[in-house]
Formats: sequence, structure tokens, C-alpha cells
Amino acid sequence: MMGYNPQLNANGELQHLLTIEGLPREIVLHILDTAHSFLLVGEREIKKVPLLRGKAIFNLFFEASTRTRTTFEIAAKRLSADVINLNVGTSSQSKGETLLDTVANLSAMHADMFVVRHSQSGAAHLIARHVAPYIHVINAGDGRHAHPTQGLLDMFTIRHYKKEFAALRVAIVGDVLHSRVARSQIHALTTLGVPAVRVVGPRTLLPSNVSELGVQVYHDMAAGLKDVDVVIMLRLQNERMNGALLPSAQEFFKYYGLTPEKLANAKPDAIVMHPGPMNRGIEIESSVADGRQSVILPQVTFGIAVRMAVMAILAGNA
Amino acid sequence: MSKPLPEAEELLGRLAERMRASVTPDTALIGIHTGGVWLAQRLHNALGLRQPLGTIDVSFYRDDYGSRGLHPKVRPSDIPFDVADADIILVDDVLHTGRTIRAAMNELFDYGRPLSIRLAALIDRGGRQLPIAAQFVGTEVSVADGEQIELKKNEQGRLSLVLNRQAPA
Amino acid sequence: MKIQIKGGRVVDPGSAVEKVQDVFIAAGKVLALGTAPNGFHANRVIDAIGMVVCPGLVDLSARLREPGYEYKATLESEMAAAVAGGVTSLVCPPDTDPPLDEPGLVEMLKHRARSLNQAHVYPLGALTQGLKGERITEMAELLDAGCVAFSQADVPLNDNQVLLRAMQYASTFGYPVWLRPRDAALGRDGVAHDGQVATRLGLAPIPAIAETVALSTILLLVRETGARVHLCRLSTSDGVDMVRQAKSMGIDVTCDVSANHVHLSEMDIGYFDANCHLVPPLRSIRDRDALRRGVQDGTVDAICSDHTPVDEDAKQLPFGESESGATGLELLLALTLKWGEEAKIPLAATLAKVTSEPARILGIRAGAIGLGASADLCVFDPHARWNVEPAKLKSQGKNTPFAGYEMSGKVRFTLVEGHVVYEG
Repeated sequence: MMGYNPQLNANGELQHLLTIEGLPREIVLHILDTAHSFLLVGEREIKKVPLLRGKAIFNLFFEASTRTRTTFEIAAKRLSADVINLNVGTSSQSKGETLLDTVANLSAMHADMFVVRHSQSGAAHLIARHVAPYIHVINAGDGRHAHPTQGLLDMFTIRHYKKEFAALRVAIVGDVLHSRVARSQIHALTTLGVPAVRVVGPRTLLPSNVSELGVQVYHDMAAGLKDVDVVIMLRLQNERMNGALLPSAQEFFKYYGLTPEKLANAKPDAIVMHPGPMNRGIEIESSVADGRQSVILPQVTFGIAVRMAVMAILAGNA
Repeated sequence: MSKPLPEAEELLGRLAERMRASVTPDTALIGIHTGGVWLAQRLHNALGLRQPLGTIDVSFYRDDYGSRGLHPKVRPSDIPFDVADADIILVDDVLHTGRTIRAAMNELFDYGRPLSIRLAALIDRGGRQLPIAAQFVGTEVSVADGEQIELKKNEQGRLSLVLNRQAPA
Repeated sequence: MKIQIKGGRVVDPGSAVEKVQDVFIAAGKVLALGTAPNGFHANRVIDAIGMVVCPGLVDLSARLREPGYEYKATLESEMAAAVAGGVTSLVCPPDTDPPLDEPGLVEMLKHRARSLNQAHVYPLGALTQGLKGERITEMAELLDAGCVAFSQADVPLNDNQVLLRAMQYASTFGYPVWLRPRDAALGRDGVAHDGQVATRLGLAPIPAIAETVALSTILLLVRETGARVHLCRLSTSDGVDMVRQAKSMGIDVTCDVSANHVHLSEMDIGYFDANCHLVPPLRSIRDRDALRRGVQDGTVDAICSDHTPVDEDAKQLPFGESESGATGLELLLALTLKWGEEAKIPLAATLAKVTSEPARILGIRAGAIGLGASADLCVFDPHARWNVEPAKLKSQGKNTPFAGYEMSGKVRFTLVEGHVVYEG
């Protein structure tokens, strides 16, 4: 059962993008290389190519998100596709229609691709298992499990500034336990052969088996950032800040917030990344977020190019 | 049995001479990946053109995406001059059905409105499926349907032509 | 009805009898073994050559879904599933809707079950009213109505004071208390074992300590109250160690494990297979292997099916939203035989885990082929191979993590009180 990969079709080509885990390295690199060309398209005056003309891409967001949905919409439109946005609400019980019924109804409207965001881990896999063979599914974030396009755009960003993965040290800081972004980043970094992937955070915010993902665990931020080339700050969600996981946002900032002093532990040319949206003053100080080492805004631009690449590759496969 | 293929280097020289009278220092050259780019680099030097060389990858404009998907190796398109009001010569290695040129022209127009576009091809093998013609041709060659002419470059940069019996890339 | 079961290999784990011999049944009881009694003329002869004749299986946990959950399954379908699996006695947990905390409900259930003339049903009564964990139920009344023990089903008791009182009360009268060791708070929102699979798949975790912390509390309270406790559905390696130690110290506890946990681990979740969403969760391979060793060395007394039919809609959801549970009555025998074969255990000892041992825990006369005992028997072909096809199961619950597996051992006849209630 584990031999079969639900993301690949019978020819070993990408049929769905559900998670970076289990993606062959060649496919990851292919996406990054293709994204580079789309980045250049984005620098022209006419930022469109006719590749997906006539295709219908449905943004199926069961969990609200304006940012991610907007970048997928821009990416799809730059490929000349038609985009339909559906905010299905956060609970399938609220309308009485099951998740799979919703998908089946939309498939009947001649969708070619679903971009799905859901609050439950595994939702994209479930949908991919049940769509017609010609429909492609892109996971735009499922619960805590995966956010593959974010992981890919983060890799694109790192390659853009650092060129080679082979000798890098990367630190991922913050709430890894609840983060689908972190999981996708870890899989991407290990797939691309980054030798030192570190997670930094308090015990309460790191999964108990996280080292089995191939990462080094640090609880001390100064040690965790020592000589790293890339610092990725994760967003700390409100619900985590006042409960049994963390006493307060202030305490988190004191130990794990990225300030110029803490950043000074990293290499002088280290880049600072954040998937957004940022909580200024909680996980990152404004001077760093807006500083010369921050590549947070370019990440957004890269995100459009990477999503264009994913859609273009998928839509071209049978 | 078809005739042996001509020598690429010799053809290149001939093509350059045919183009020389019709170009000015401001003529812009754009090579189509991959063979067209190699040729365009050599022609750019040979003709002493002032405008920097442009390169174009037509993967995003091809008309066979629906049946064959995205090309496995997409190269970046790089046009470092203003296409608007430019006199452009597209350079390709083998002109066949004309579809690659159609795609290249569509892509070019998404960069701006050129004053003129001409085409230089090392080999014209006939078999046009679209009303496309080259203004500058190295030579005409006839090959069978299942065969493909490929331009190759060795480590020293020397160009040569080979005949393949396989589906086109 | 006089029945002769001819030529089968009679295996009675409780009495260590294992012999090819005929079985003679009359008036619902086993009349004789081996030689026909004088003047015995069979109304029916069952050809059991090449088959095994064993006591009907005693399943310590099977949800029948009545009352209240008839859209998931009915007594008719699940009782048919039971006898198709060779099960002649089963225990059903009290988490029906409403829960079995009223004698009237228990009587109705028993009456309904009896009228189907299939397996014997032994309901567990709710330990606390509404299973809410606040006030203890009228245990004497419930016992009179037919309950065999008292349980909280899967609902954790988060007030240790209430648990203590309930156990003290039960122990006053010698009533058994069946408890699932699960802490009310640790991993309360979890859906999968806190291990590498939950970490990779981003599933809310249930740590092993959710079981062992509760187990530790229960064992201490057993020592304190002398209550007769049966521990339901162990899932952790540490849990098995704790029970082993408790038994060696003379603490009188028994425990069971589900057939699912004997074979599967967290790895079987694969790409979010909701059929592997179980309570307790499937844990690590190390835990599974410890459970298997526990069954083998007797620390774990019995294997049960933990049969839980779930409707398809409730499974076709993202893992965390799906309903937990697996159908299992029809797989209990084959899964137990599979374990015995893999562990290289003799057939009698293997079958004991689903016959004589659960009967002993229940304190009922069952799980044995004794002269004069009720003829509750299972005749199965140990060599018959079959594939698990959910659509072909008699249970309304098609939710099995073993779909597509090849099994060995198929029930051919099931008898309850001397009547053939299933022929396959």
C-alpha cells in the first residue's frame, strides 16, 4: 500500500500536489526550474501566457484565507485560466452537504483543477482519492499536515539567494507542532539534500517525534541560529499564546522572537524568511522584518511564480 | 536514402553572408532555444550587432500543450532590450511546420509591438503547416517524415547537424 | 433436534481436549463426545471432516448499535454478522443512545436479542448515569435486568473521586467493573498515536501516557478497593508491562486487546485511511509487538473484536473528522488464528483467547465443549482461504482496515443451544 504514490499518475508524472513528502527530487527541481521562467514572465509588461486558456480552476477554500487564495488566483489568471472562488465555510455540518458531495457537484461543473484549503489534515488526500481522473488537486493547506506550494516557494527563495543547497544550515523557528508550513519545509529541505535542518522552539511547540523527520532540535535560540544561512520564522497563532502551551506572547518573544541581537548569531549574509502574515513584535521585530536581510516580500512574488509552475505542470499531465 | 547532411559551420558562414546586407547595427537578434540560441550567438558576433542578444523559450506558447503537457525542460526567456518598435530577426536551427515560429511570434508580442520580425533559419526542411516563411535560409534539406534534424554543439563550441529517427522533442 | 457433528477435530481449550471425534447434541446440549449414546438417531448429520469443532466464540466487545444508532446498524444485521463469525456469546458496551443506565433499556435489548435466537447477548451496564461520570447507576437493578458488569465504554471518567466511589460500591457486591484506561485530559483532542505517523501527517496526537497514567490510577484503586476490574483494549507496551507487574504482585485484574491492535500499527494509517481511525489508536510497531507478547504469555487474557459498525458517510471524511471504529465480528476468528499461526502457538491455546478465557472473565458457562453444557459451537475450516470483501460482510458496517487482506479460516457452521444458526 505504501508503494503506491497518490500524487503520481501511472507514468510517474505529477497528477496532484498534496504534500512534498514522497515527491521525487527531480520533480521538486523541475517545479523550481519552471518557476524561474514564470518569474521572468512576471517581470514583463504582459504578465500572462496562454497556457491554461479554457481551463477552469476552482479555489475550494474550506478554511478562510485571503492571502493564499489571492496568490493562487493571480497565478491562475496569469496562465489565462478561468478562476472560480468558493468559500465553502469551515464546517461541512453547517450546510449539511458532505465534503465529497461538494467536490462531486463541482466536478460536474467541468472543473479541471481544485485548489483546496481545509482545516483537517488529510482533506486534500481524501478529495484527490475521489475526483475524476482528469481533475488535478493542489493542496493549499490541510490542517497541520502540509502546505506544499509554500514549501516549494520557500525552496525557490533559498535557491534564489543561496544558489546551492548542499552546504546550507537552515533554522525553522516557532510553532512547528501546529505548522503545516514547517512540515512541508522540512520535507523539501531534506529532499533537496540540505545537510543541517534545525527546528527551534519550546518543547510545547515541537512534536515529540520531530527528530525522526531528520531535523536537529534546539530549545535555545542563540544556539539554534548559530552560523545558519537561512532563518525561517513561523507564525504564532493567537490561540497558542495564552493557554497551556505558552504563558504569553511576551514570554515567547523574549526567548524566540527574532531580534537583531538574536539574528547576529547567524551568518552575516543569512536571509530571514516568514510565510506570512507576520505578527510583528511576537515572532519577529519590525527592524528585522523590514531590514536588509529580510526576503519576506520577495517570497510573495516567488509564490506566484511557483504556483504558476505547479498549475502549468499539473494541467499538462494526463 | 537521403543525401548526407551539410556541414553546419559552413552553412552558418553562408547564412551570415546572406544576412549581412540586410541588417543594421540596431537590428535585434533573438535566438529560439536551444539550437537557435547557439546560432544567434554566432551570428551576433559575426554580424557585429550592437543590440544585446535575446533568447526565447516558446514552451508557454506552444499549441501542443494539451496533448503533450509542459515541456520537461523550460528555459528562461531573456529579452534585454525593448521589443517595442524594434527590428527583430528570429533565429532558429530547423524550420519545419512553422508552429515554433508562430509560438515565438505570439510570445514576442507579449513583450511589446515590434516594428518588424524576420526569420533566419539554418535549415528549411519544408513541410509547412502554417503560412510561415524564412527570409534568410542556410539551405533547404529534404528528410522523411519520421526523421528529425538536430543541431549539436561540441565542447569546443563547434556546431554540427545530425539526423535522428525518433519523435521530435 | 438431534445433531451429530461427524469427523471434526474437536478442540476444547478449557479442558485441553483436542481429538478427532464426533459430537452428539440433543435438547440443545452436548450429549456425548466420541461414541454415540445408545439409541441416538441424528435428525441431522453435519460433515465436519477436515474441520475444527470448537466452542462458539465469546466476544468481549461488539457494538450492536441498538438502541439509538439504527442508521449505522441494527440488531438483525449485527447478530447475523456475529454468528457468521462463529460468535455465540457477545458483550455489548453501554454506549447506546440512550446509554444502558436504566433496567428497562437493558431488558428491552435482551428481549430483542433473545427473540432473534442467535448469539447470547451480555450487556454491560453504564457505570455512571448517562455515562456522564457524576453519579453511579443502580447497579443491582441493572444486574437483575441482565447486565454482567459495569463500564464507561469509551467515555473517560475524569473525576477520580467518582471512580473510587463507583469501584467501592461495585466491590461491595462483587460486581465487576470494566474500564478502558484512558486519561480524560491527556491527548483528549487527539485522533492518532503520538508517534512518527501523527507527526508526519499532522494528526492531533494521543500519547501513550494517556493510557498508562489512567492505568496506573486504576490499578492503585483496585488495590485500594478490591474491586474486580477488567481492563479493556490495552494498546501500549508500557501498559502491558504494568499489567504484568500488577498480576505478579497478586492484583486481581484481567485485560483484553482488540484483534485490530494485535495486527496493525500506526503505519497502517498510510495516506490517512480513516478505517484505521480507532480508539484506542493504533500505536507503534513496538507497542503492537508488546501486545502480541502479552497475549502469548497470558498477561493479556483475551482477544475481542471491538466490533464497531460505522456508516460510510462517517468514514468518508478527513481522518480527524471521521468516526472511529472498525467492523470486526466476522474477522475475529481468522485474525486470532492468524496471530496464533504467526506466534507459532498450538491451536487450543490460540482458541482459548476467544473462547475459554473470555468466558472465564465473564464468569459464564460458555467457551467450552462440556458434557451437558449448552451446545454453542463453531465448526470452521482452518485451511479455507478467503479475501476480506467489505461489501460481502453481513454486518452493516463495511468499515474494516483489513479490506483486501487474505485470511485463513472460515466458519462453516455455528450452533447456539443446539440449533444451527449459521451455515456458510
